Amino acid sequence: MTELLEARGVSRSFGGLHVTRDVNFKLASGDRVALIGPNGAGKTTLVNLITGDIAPSEGRFLMAGDDITQLSIPERVRRGLVRTFQTTRLFANLTVADNVALAIMQRKRISRRFFSSSTELPDVKAEWSEILAHLGLDRLAYRKVVELAYGQQRLIELAIGLALHPKVLLLDEPAAGVPHDEAPKILEAINRLPSDIAVLMIEHDMDLVFKFAKRVLVLAAGQLIFEGSPQDVTADHEVRRAYLGSYADARHSA
Amino acid sequence: MSEIAVTHVPHKRNVPFAQEAAGAIAILALGAVGYFLFPDDLAFLTRLIGIAFLVLSLDLVTGYCGVATLGHAAQFGVGAYAAGIACIRGITDPVALLAVGVFAGTVMGLISGALITRFRGLPQLVLSIAVGQLVAGLANKLSWLTGGSDGLSGIEPGKVFGVFGFDMYSRTAFLFSLGVLAITFVVLKRFVSSPFGLMCRGIKDDDLRAKMIGVSIYPRLVVMYGVAGAVAGIGGALTAISTGVVGLDSVSFERSAEVLVMLVLGGAGHLWGALAGTVIFMIFEHIVAAANPFHWMTLVGLLLILIVVFAPRGLIEPVLSLWAKSRRKGEAA
Repeated sequence: MTELLEARGVSRSFGGLHVTRDVNFKLASGDRVALIGPNGAGKTTLVNLITGDIAPSEGRFLMAGDDITQLSIPERVRRGLVRTFQTTRLFANLTVADNVALAIMQRKRISRRFFSSSTELPDVKAEWSEILAHLGLDRLAYRKVVELAYGQQRLIELAIGLALHPKVLLLDEPAAGVPHDEAPKILEAINRLPSDIAVLMIEHDMDLVFKFAKRVLVLAAGQLIFEGSPQDVTADHEVRRAYLGSYADARHSA
Repeated sequence: MSEIAVTHVPHKRNVPFAQEAAGAIAILALGAVGYFLFPDDLAFLTRLIGIAFLVLSLDLVTGYCGVATLGHAAQFGVGAYAAGIACIRGITDPVALLAVGVFAGTVMGLISGALITRFRGLPQLVLSIAVGQLVAGLANKLSWLTGGSDGLSGIEPGKVFGVFGFDMYSRTAFLFSLGVLAITFVVLKRFVSSPFGLMCRGIKDDDLRAKMIGVSIYPRLVVMYGVAGAVAGIGGALTAISTGVVGLDSVSFERSAEVLVMLVLGGAGHLWGALAGTVIFMIFEHIVAAANPFHWMTLVGLLLILIVVFAPRGLIEPVLSLWAKSRRKGEAA
């Protein structure tokens, strides 16, 4: 198992408010980790710290041993650190195909070409066709994103993530806002991610967490208070007090 | 995803450059209509084409990249002054003067872009006005070079390709400008549908998403500004060549604001929108200003309000969606 991402003593405060406190974790190739915690625990802040959207007050991030703390967002993406957003952020006025094609062209470093038509690149088209077919979106390829249902837009977030060939994929509540009957589609897509990449998923839906994660990190008030298997997490007293509450009890009695 | 999806039919692109060539032919055909039906208005139509370059240029940064600017005349004016000054100093070949305009416009575009695209939103808008005012101020101050408030006059270009001299009916000027517009349109059409152009539209939609697929946004916007500067520079140079004078109006705030109005009118984010907006605004202005020289701006204001209320995305948008609909019908039949 090669180590892909490491957080070393990462802290972040806004004024006097400590939203992230001395966070340490490692992600290795093949990892499927869920990051859970009550609302306001700082989960999205932690993702923003990892991607470089905000800078840590203290601590470092390493990718494959290299310090990436000072790198910009695009530089981290080019190293294979890719995220999806909790509320979809897509190129809303472009077609589904163009959304994915842009990610592919960026990865292939041909997105600076200025005199070849973007619709005439056969290998790019072959690739987005495959990704969209994989996610069941192929019929929507030429629809504008803004015309699509929210659940479909969530899948496009994943499609873009896949097109970038990530080494580390951060999924920020991939099933948030998805109608219940479409949620399995998201999980199915996540389960079919390449096995060698590391996936860190923030998720509230504990069913999804139990189906997906081999390891769970629990964040409360900016601190990691637990790391372990999904089975242990429900048994852990501190976690139950901080977060799971009635859910864990229900599960035990069931 | 149980609904029946009506997919847009992708453009069939069996013939390379088919769309681009169709655009060029349409422009030349429209030009021919103007040339034969309005032989007395060719000077006006030539001026219209010059402005069309500036609106196309603005479309590249505003329509395709979402940059807010009220100082875009700077690119146009710098091209016009550069071509005018070069002509007075002895470079009289019209094609060479175009090259001078392109060069000056590109440099101005890169400088403006480097400043303006560092910021977003209101600071960006204010900065664009500041850059525009700075250029206008310099054009006025450096009167030994630019002619100041008297304007730069005595621009007498040579013959086009050494054969076609500029005449008092503006025939040569009009046809030369029209030809350059058709060529520029082909190049731009290709450019905006390239991966680079598509990415610019993506940046306009959501710049954080663009960063999150690994795009460094700033250098791209600066390059786009450089291209826009080149296009505006062509318009400026053509105007200098065809009218023989360059005045402070070519770098004025009013010019910048006017072309933004034309772009919104026609439809930002479409090359055809930029052209349609220029043609409609300039012809409207031409006719109404002749009929009522004192209140024509009132009527322009009224027209704009009507369009923003009833076709907020510009006049070209309903036309394009009708066209797409008819195409889909054609495919289904």
